[in-house]
Amino acid sequence: MNKILQKQVLAPTLKQIIVEAPLIAKKAKAGQFVILRIHEKGERIPLTIADYDRDNGTITMIFQEVGSSTKRLGLLEIGDEILDLVGPLGQPTEHPAGAKRIVCVGGGVGVAPVYPEAKELHESGVEIISIVGARNEELLFYLDNMKAVSKELHVTTDDGSKGRKGFVTDVLKELIESDKGIDAVIAIGPMPMMKAVSDLTKNYGLKTIVSLNSLMVDGTGMCGGCRVTIGNETKFACIDGPAFDAHEVDFIEQMRRLRMYQIEEKVEDCRCGEGME
Amino acid sequence: MAGTKKNPMPCQPGEERVKNFLEVALGYDEDVAINEAKRCIQCKNPKCVSGCPVGIEIPKFIEKIAEGDFQGAIDTLKEKNSLPAICGRVCPQEEQCEKVCIVGIKNEPVGIGRLERFAADWERKNRKEQSKISNTEGKKVAIVGSGPAGLTCAGELAKMGYQVTIFEAFHQAGGVLMYGIPEFRLPKEIVQEEINALLNLGVELKTNVVIGQTITIKELMEEEGYEAVFVGSGAGLPYFLNIPGENLNGVYSANEFLTRVNLMRAYLHPQWDTPVKVGKKVAVVGAGNVAMDAARTAKRLGAEDVYIVYRRSEDEMPARIEEIHHAKEEGIDFRLLTNPMEVLGNSEGWVTGLKCLKMELGEPDSSGRRRPVPIENSEFELDVDVVIIAIGQGPNPLIPRSTPELQTSKWGNITADESTGNTSMEGVFAGGDVVTGAATVIKAMGAGKNAAVAMDQYIKNK
Ligand SMILES: Cc1cc2nc3c(=O)[nH]c(=O)nc-3n(C[C@H](O)[C@H](O)[C@H](O)COP(=O)(O)OP(=O)(O)OC[C@H]3O[C@@H](n4cnc5c(N)ncnc54)[C@H](O)[C@@H]3O)c2cc1C
Ligand SMILES: Cc1cc2nc3c(=O)[nH]c(=O)nc-3n(C[C@H](O)[C@H](O)[C@H](O)COP(=O)(O)OP(=O)(O)OC[C@H]3O[C@@H](n4cnc5c(N)ncnc54)[C@H](O)[C@@H]3O)c2cc1C
Ligand code: SF4
Ligand code: FES
Repeated sequence: MNKILQKQVLAPTLKQIIVEAPLIAKKAKAGQFVILRIHEKGERIPLTIADYDRDNGTITMIFQEVGSSTKRLGLLEIGDEILDLVGPLGQPTEHPAGAKRIVCVGGGVGVAPVYPEAKELHESGVEIISIVGARNEELLFYLDNMKAVSKELHVTTDDGSKGRKGFVTDVLKELIESDKGIDAVIAIGPMPMMKAVSDLTKNYGLKTIVSLNSLMVDGTGMCGGCRVTIGNETKFACIDGPAFDAHEVDFIEQMRRLRMYQIEEKVEDCRCGEGME
Repeated sequence: MAGTKKNPMPCQPGEERVKNFLEVALGYDEDVAINEAKRCIQCKNPKCVSGCPVGIEIPKFIEKIAEGDFQGAIDTLKEKNSLPAICGRVCPQEEQCEKVCIVGIKNEPVGIGRLERFAADWERKNRKEQSKISNTEGKKVAIVGSGPAGLTCAGELAKMGYQVTIFEAFHQAGGVLMYGIPEFRLPKEIVQEEINALLNLGVELKTNVVIGQTITIKELMEEEGYEAVFVGSGAGLPYFLNIPGENLNGVYSANEFLTRVNLMRAYLHPQWDTPVKVGKKVAVVGAGNVAMDAARTAKRLGAEDVYIVYRRSEDEMPARIEEIHHAKEEGIDFRLLTNPMEVLGNSEGWVTGLKCLKMELGEPDSSGRRRPVPIENSEFELDVDVVIIAIGQGPNPLIPRSTPELQTSKWGNITADESTGNTSMEGVFAGGDVVTGAATVIKAMGAGKNAAVAMDQYIKNK
């Protein structure tokens, strides 16, 4: 079980694997995730189900190598087995009822979780406008996938190496102001990006959904480590989310909580590069 | 001649054991066990048996020990209790069998728990290799959760000839025995041996399956052909105090703290990948077994000052007396009649202290316990950098959420008949903490056992 059937290097520290997991593939819905462990002494790491194939009983995951566990995962090759794989966890994302046109924003590795949302919405007849952003061209992936499910695809890079130079929020602002009849926004990416999107859409009263990648241990509501404050109420991202109404999320608290283990992990090249500070 | 006091339990000295995770209580040797067994006066009408939630024939097993027939003792124990090595270590005996022991009226009660542990440990050392059985003929039954309730239910059904599959959400079986109760109180090897014994009975274990997410109860019955299902999913949902600052970095639920350390072996980080933040000064809020475990674990991980913060007095502390004693010997600082008001933090979001209020005992409340009332202007700040909340757990919502057919209480517990485990959904039985709320190992086992009998009847009458 859990054999890696395909592996693809999307960017130097960004990899995609397709793994045998028939029970999970049968159930998976956009917004859900798995928790995996690579070896006996390994951490339990959560990854979004970026895609699934119910017929072949496989799921796709895309991950960024940020620390020891994800780096080790990156070393596994086709034919290797993932020791433990549990899922699908979390609630499927609840899409805004009656929305006809939705903007899907993916920042960095966040394109992986935003893709299944866009695909599911597209298949149910919603018109998708996508904005994909990354630090530079090298870190962009899934552009074809996103294009296939979107009416429009916008690309931004921080350094202008591809698409527009700037942030996803620049494009989003223009789209909203050019009156495209946008009903809702789904934004997934680094916490600061999601916060920026949320701050922007709040001004327009535009329904926005984000997906929170909080620290997790069990993923079943047992440890409380994934606590998030949603409108003054404490929720557990693993069983109440991971998707939430962006305008209710306490992003500052979340950004702090994600830094909880930075000293222990001794990371040199963390994802903070994407504008965390 | 046997004495008026229990034979003391040999222990690792306090100053020694706070530096390791090895078992604290070392167990009786044969001579001491025989001597303790002789303190039992073999009552004609033994009260102790009625104090035992699973009705072990206590005088009989003790008599066997007194005679030096240790095999006979363990056989007697196992007629009623399939996990004696575990129960002998963690049951609150002083609240159960030993509370009503006749010898205890004038002198200290017989050390029933210690004798149970002795017999079980003797057997573990002398156990013969068991051959593996496989049940492929019997009807299929499913067990959700591999804590004491699920394990016991599985064992009973396997012995009746059923083809039993346990589904466990974690990557390792054992429930709280594995992820909650620390190594120094219940070595994981013992739990693993008990699980192996079950697997030898032909029970199949499927880890990494979350019922309600990976597959639902309905699907187990309608698509996978399970004739009946037992839900023993425990009370894993941690409660918080709902005070300001509770989401600061450095505030843990006891579940998270203990899971990181026990299941994920954070105490061996970085050889094991999972980290834990221990801090120099730790406050543990609560005074049950969970709180004691968290406090003693923090101390072992190097915390210099560890406080138990509890709003009532010593008399009301729900933890086992032995664990309270052990905690004191290990230098845990008890701050009783102290109510936490707010977790204080710095601008980076890290815990810097715990604001508390002193309490005094007022009039008894509906539970008969004197209610703690705040003393005016008694606010003070406890200087800590980690806070662990251990004020109880509720049932995990995943199963009720995905199984609307299952009736639950307003607290989210699955409603089930106590003696049979029958729920509102046909063919589905439940027991243990998910029904009662956080309770004890032995009660969960009792529920698993009762349910097994009822499930057998249900399937036969189907
Ligand atoms: C529901 C959910 C879905 C996720 N989906 C994906 C995904 O599809 N692809 C992907 O690449 N990552 C995803 N993540 C994040 C991923 O789990 C973490 O990057 C991973 O656990 C880091 O493990 P590590 O041992 O390699 O790094 P560590 O050594 O543990 O940590 C490296 C650094 O990253 C920080 N960090 C740790 N965990 C997280 C986290 N959850 N989010 C942000 N920073 C973190 C640490 O504080 C540290 O600074 C998801 C997280 C959640 C909760
Ligand atoms: C730290 C701590 C110390 C304790 N100390 C003592 C003590 O000294 N003495 C004593 O008698 N009692 C003690 N207790 C209480 C005792 O451990 C519990 O009452 C007992 O374990 C309950 O057993 P259970 O089988 O009902 O549930 P659990 O032991 O909680 O097991 C439930 C299992 O079900 C799994 N599960 C949950 N949901 C699902 C799902 N949807 N699908 C699949 N699997 C699922 C869980 O992962 C878990 O493995 C302690 C508890 C804790 C937390
Ligand atoms: S009540 Fe005490 S003395 Fe009497 S049989 Fe039980 S253990 Fe022995
Ligand atoms: S990850 Fe443990 S409660 Fe959410």
